[in-house]
Amino acid sequence: MNLTLKIWRQSDADKKGKIVDYKINDVSPDMSFLDMLDMLNEQLNNKGEEPVAFDHDCREGICGSCSLQINGEPHGPDRLITTCQLHMRTFKDGDTIFIEPFRANAFPVIKDLVVDRSSFDRIQHAGGFISVNTSGNTIDANAIPVNKHDADTAFDAATCIGCGACVAACKNASAMLFVSAKVSQFALLPQGRVEATDRVMNMVRQMDEEGFGNCTNTGACEIECPKGISLENIARMNREYLSASMKG
Amino acid sequence: MATLDSKIPEGSVSEKWTHHKNKINLVNPANKRNIDVIVVGTGLAGGSAAATLAELGYNVKAFCFQDSPRRAHSIAAQGGINAAKNYQGDGDSTYRLFYDTVKGGDYRSREANVYRLAEVSANIIDQCVAQGVPFAREYGGLLDNRSFGGVLVSRTFYAKGQTGQQLLLGAYSAMNRQIGRGKIKMYNRHEMLDLVIVDGKARGIIARNLITGAIERHSAHAVVLGTGGYGNVFFLSTNAMGSNVTAAWKIHKKGAYFANPCYTQIHPTCIPVSGDHQSKLTLMSESLRNDGRIWVPAKLEDAKAIREGKLKPTDLKEEDRDYYLERRYPSFGNLVPRDVASRAAKERCDAGFGVNKTGEAVYLDFAAAIERYGKEQARVKHLDENDAKLVKKLGTEVVANKYGNLFQMYEKIVDQNPYETPMMIYPAVHYTMGGIWVDYNLMTTIEGCYAIGEANFSDHGANRLGASALMQGLADGYFVLPYTIGDYLSKDIRTGKISTDLPEFEAAEKNVRSQIEHLMNSKGSKTVDYFHKRLGKIMWDKVGMARNEKGLNEAITEIAALRDEFYKDVRVPGTENGLNQELEKALRVADFLELGELFAKDALHRNESCGGHFREEYQTEDGEALRDDENFAYVAAWEYKGKPSEAILHKEELQFDNVKLVTRSYK
Repeated sequence: MNLTLKIWRQSDADKKGKIVDYKINDVSPDMSFLDMLDMLNEQLNNKGEEPVAFDHDCREGICGSCSLQINGEPHGPDRLITTCQLHMRTFKDGDTIFIEPFRANAFPVIKDLVVDRSSFDRIQHAGGFISVNTSGNTIDANAIPVNKHDADTAFDAATCIGCGACVAACKNASAMLFVSAKVSQFALLPQGRVEATDRVMNMVRQMDEEGFGNCTNTGACEIECPKGISLENIARMNREYLSASMKG
Repeated sequence: MATLDSKIPEGSVSEKWTHHKNKINLVNPANKRNIDVIVVGTGLAGGSAAATLAELGYNVKAFCFQDSPRRAHSIAAQGGINAAKNYQGDGDSTYRLFYDTVKGGDYRSREANVYRLAEVSANIIDQCVAQGVPFAREYGGLLDNRSFGGVLVSRTFYAKGQTGQQLLLGAYSAMNRQIGRGKIKMYNRHEMLDLVIVDGKARGIIARNLITGAIERHSAHAVVLGTGGYGNVFFLSTNAMGSNVTAAWKIHKKGAYFANPCYTQIHPTCIPVSGDHQSKLTLMSESLRNDGRIWVPAKLEDAKAIREGKLKPTDLKEEDRDYYLERRYPSFGNLVPRDVASRAAKERCDAGFGVNKTGEAVYLDFAAAIERYGKEQARVKHLDENDAKLVKKLGTEVVANKYGNLFQMYEKIVDQNPYETPMMIYPAVHYTMGGIWVDYNLMTTIEGCYAIGEANFSDHGANRLGASALMQGLADGYFVLPYTIGDYLSKDIRTGKISTDLPEFEAAEKNVRSQIEHLMNSKGSKTVDYFHKRLGKIMWDKVGMARNEKGLNEAITEIAALRDEFYKDVRVPGTENGLNQELEKALRVADFLELGELFAKDALHRNESCGGHFREEYQTEDGEALRDDENFAYVAAWEYKGKPSEAILHKEELQFDNVKLVTRSYK
């Protein structure tokens, strides 16, 4: 396949960026999207140009490093996958593909397609944990039975990979899906109930401080989420937040 | 020169750890506040160690090259984590887990370390559940287990196909709590490029800030490496793109011995290579072998027809299929250990029975499991178990529930539906059992420098059993290192802050700067990947699944020549001031080019076959590995002497007091 790529280039956080056109030929439909970018970078490098910087690591859809807004959609046109799992067979010969970084005030661009998502980490620092020390003598794991349905729902929420697609998809750049996934995981488990009140208050406070927008229930985040994290989590977080606020 | 003292405590194997813990020195909580510890790497080992050390009261500085500690490659582990809980009442025990691990490692691991690992395994599950890790559960609300290769019990705890993710997020959450309290200072997007030794003790590191390019000095009273394995020396592996040997190699060059570099795990169930554009291979969890049956066509002409696309696997009748693992190993069948399964796949493909275009693939078939589960469900639901269509539908649901995400991953990559047609798999580099030599306290041959998790060599011998990597990472980080490091740090309570103005820091920084300068100024004609791919090809062809003397000698010469060429002709675009991913790669590949040579040298010296190390000259008549316990029951620990070819071999003889050395059989 022969393609035209329109890629966001920005040399660092302080410089202005712009879209640059690149032609790339002989792309195999079996390539992953990032294999294709590797190929482009090899070509740029051989021409003495600087390769396009992008985040990636595991290349199997679990580390959450890769991002990319592809033709306006986080992780591209396919559903329930990350960019590294997107394959070129999704595109047609002659296509033009726009490749941009995830856009949000809370995700400033570092270079080209690489953004700073440390705001997500800071939200987790504020409350994304259960306060239990490593001791080697916590109670036996089976002494805390958990209803299978709750355990499975908590697991589904816990599969969030922290990539930021929800924020990039949202017109308000809201991080509600990300935050609610962690709040839900712990709210659904007996171990997590103990600090549920403080957790939701602290995490929401940090989320607001980071400059993420509010949720207006468009549901774009759920559609673009590579792990299919459900909007129900946002509803659950709102309930948790309301009851926590009432407790004062 | 440091001597190889493994510091194994006295006493019977089951009492060593308890006695050791009772005897070692502790640091008073008030003094811990005055002690700094650097932890490099934030996977299961590094992350859990950083969190636990901070909980204990030490000041921790944690480093990772990723943009967040949550992205360390432990996240990609799929299948599960072993623990001797015996929740299934199927005869499991600490001893049995210990025994299985020593046997699975082909009798090349240290008994005392393995026993300790088995001993603390149960605590890991308790700890993780307390942290809110959502393990799979049964309807009664208790934890579920499954079985992995090389064992006859169900001791593997899991969270669908994302166990590594859930455990790592557990360790990450424990870290977050300490970061929030200010007890861990987190340095994301930082890469360790050298170790600083002051008066014979590890006292700090030199790290590059990957965003600004700044070279930074960081001091501490001890340095812990949880930096993972070096499988990417093969270029193509299931490791993440960024996984590298650099931190481990830098400490090796500063005096830490590197043990058994040739012990590499080639995982039997990976998605086969599809073309030369690939930079990464994808694993299909070993848990699939619980239900999948591995086969190739029994007749060469059928294999040929399948490769040419004239025949479909589903067209082949039962009697025309060769379920070679079930045939060769009736007692373990499809659940033989990884090294055995990988070699058996290679043997069939080399004999011409491979099934994809390249001839390097075998089938992993779920049709029998779908039928078996379907019939069971039909009976449970009082439906007609002879209705083939219904049975298939019900069976597919069960399989999807167990392995859904893996099947989806496969379909996305290969563009075939594995519920309808068997998966194609082939072995790929996955894990490295070798690593930095450590004593019982996990200290390297450099005082105050520790290595934990995959980065060290200690627990898996020549082959690691499935679901044991997660166990080891967390055992080291949560339960072993935090104790043993206290013994060392108890001598440092009056030392005070280590100054980064010391001449040793200055020298190490200068060293790093000059290496970077050299690479930036080389302005050659080839990219970093060009060299990395060539290195990978040499490694795979000559130091891969089967090795021989001739090939290994060639590999040693070729890698040394390639390294020279790299320094003369590599081109790194851009500048060193700022984000430069090509420079990051160049620094890593430079170290792989040295490690690769030592790796081949180690494989050449080990004149036996054991676990993941298979020398063609040393095999039984029916092609099984032929160990030589008389001459090679030792750990090969290499000391750096200027270049890999001049490395000096030190031997740690392995004592087996509790397990009898026998030929490993899974027949």
